[in-house]
Amino acid sequence: MKQFFTIAGTVAVLVCCALALAIFTGEREDDFPAPTASEKNPQALAERGAYLAKAGNCLGCHTVRGGQPYAGGRELPTPFGTFVTPNITPDKDTGIGNWTAHDFWRAVHYGKSRDGHVLYPAFPYTEYTKITREDADALFAFLQSIAPVKQAAASDRLDFPYNVRPLLYVWRALYFKAGTYQSTATQSPEWNRGAYLVQGLGHCNACHSTRNALGAAGGAALGGGQVAGRSWYAPSLTSENEAGSGARSVEETMRLLSTGLTDKGAASGPMTEVVAQSLQHLGPADLRAMAVYLKSQSTGDTKAAATSSTFAAEVQARLDKGGKIYEKQCKDCHGESGGGTPGAYPALAGNPSVTLASPVNAIRSVLDGGFVPVTRANPRPYGMPPFAQSLSNEEIAQVISFIRNSWGNQASVVSAVQVDKSGSD
Amino acid sequence: MPAIDREHAKMTTMNSSSFLASIASLTVSLSANAVTGPAPDTFAERAKPCLACHASEGRKARDEYYPRLAGKPAGYLFNQMTHFRDGRRQHRAMSLLMENLSDAYLRELASYFSGLPAHYVASQLPAASPTATPLVTLGDPARKIPACNACHGKEFLGVSPAIPGLLGLPADYISAQLGAWKVGTRKATAPDCMAAIARELSAAEVSAVAAWLAAQPLPAGGHPVAAIANDLPVRCGSVENNANNAADISAKALKP
Repeated sequence: MKQFFTIAGTVAVLVCCALALAIFTGEREDDFPAPTASEKNPQALAERGAYLAKAGNCLGCHTVRGGQPYAGGRELPTPFGTFVTPNITPDKDTGIGNWTAHDFWRAVHYGKSRDGHVLYPAFPYTEYTKITREDADALFAFLQSIAPVKQAAASDRLDFPYNVRPLLYVWRALYFKAGTYQSTATQSPEWNRGAYLVQGLGHCNACHSTRNALGAAGGAALGGGQVAGRSWYAPSLTSENEAGSGARSVEETMRLLSTGLTDKGAASGPMTEVVAQSLQHLGPADLRAMAVYLKSQSTGDTKAAATSSTFAAEVQARLDKGGKIYEKQCKDCHGESGGGTPGAYPALAGNPSVTLASPVNAIRSVLDGGFVPVTRANPRPYGMPPFAQSLSNEEIAQVISFIRNSWGNQASVVSAVQVDKSGSD
Repeated sequence: MPAIDREHAKMTTMNSSSFLASIASLTVSLSANAVTGPAPDTFAERAKPCLACHASEGRKARDEYYPRLAGKPAGYLFNQMTHFRDGRRQHRAMSLLMENLSDAYLRELASYFSGLPAHYVASQLPAASPTATPLVTLGDPARKIPACNACHGKEFLGVSPAIPGLLGLPADYISAQLGAWKVGTRKATAPDCMAAIARELSAAEVSAVAAWLAAQPLPAGGHPVAAIANDLPVRCGSVENNANNAADISAKALKP
């Protein structure tokens, strides 16, 4: 027995030492490039920063609905509790008015605040660490150039043990490595630019990957995952069974990114906000670069050809009822055979968003409806009505099951319970 | 020879064009079920999602009331849509729908609905409490409450472009709105005149005023008036060009 404790004690000490070493080496901050030469022209720097802030969608989290831009206060619900985003306007008391470019670099690159405390990765520094010093300086110059807003953020409301901030050192030792984007020499400058935007500023992986129990991106990069704290699934950007762009032309992906709409599908849920606030503002060269990079990330898997399937009588009866609802509620816009209306209403036949293994996006689209975002390229979009108030959960389950199993589509049938569970955020 | 050639060429053209035509008709008949034409480039088409709830008359649903949009002042409708979008008014479905729409788009949508003929539902309610009458028609200067029709049009039918009519609405709906202003869950652009007024009203007064308005007979026509004769008696951020917005609420007549 005594021997057991000795061994257990030794193991515990070794684990602690290894962890301490990992934290010590991981937390070294030896990468502080000198401020960039372009600082000599602060206005040009701030203008470039404004563009980069759009590419990084800083506004998306750092602004509350209808509130002052970048003044923070938006609540981010997560499985660990609710984060409240900070004010990043240059107000000296409640914002980042006292920060230097060096402090800002430390935050985006090392995930540490001005006073050195480690930041929760709800701020996606796991991705932002790839941002170059030049771009970080430009972002900082922009944020310092906007009007200061005096608005103190409420405190985060995190559950135990996530509210014990020092535990973040362990998390960081396991899941975070600081480092700017390194070009792949065998790829074109365009591809590398796309990779930089997708992996770094765009922080696409923050939603489009599976998160493990500790909230770290766990699965394959861009492999798709449930959006933290929301009843939405961010589809895989690599699988052709989901939102992979291997089969799409680069131009079509550019259109999807900048307007949220192609003839074959539409962005929905949280992605519409990303299109409206971020992607529509990107220049064609950057959009193309992202599309080129995303296309190269396709795993090349192809959808299994639909086999003619027969359903049990009670399932078939539900599908038939769904067909009647489709006829009455959906057909006018999405077409009798799910072909959609080009430029306005996406096709449902052969649309991978409809046949995702998780039906949650289809359910939310029917429950809440929604307009395609207003963008420069599509200033007068069309929309879909919400059906939560007019159809029962069972009727919604029936019509989605019908859509998921018609015109060559093949996916699981949906139950009223699934609709009920997807009904909130 | 050339003439024959021309004739031949003409024949060929005719044949090929009629052939193309028959192909076209075949394609049309084949694809009639598969592909729909482009969506009409109108706001009637773009407004379709709204009609799922908002009928041409106001309508009571299972658990809430969906007010009529048709014929309401465009500025008022625009203000409400931006209020939902920006969190000043709370309604989950409306907030989600307005989320990614621009001011320019919402102005066009508002003017589309504003241009539709209004259909009022005749009141079914019994006569309203007479105690509400002085409050509605005279206000209460001591509490800086103006008469309703000092701002909402002499006949309570609204004033273009920003002030809504108050008739043809169910009492439940009116009292819910006044109540929401009272507790701060409905807000308008500051200075928020209706919030200031609602806070002065007691719960009993809210019910009485709502019942009084809901019980009014509807005048024929029923359109909002184009302009108000005097400046508004209160500061009101939703009404642009209100000369009184900059001033403090003065001792101006609070009567219509």
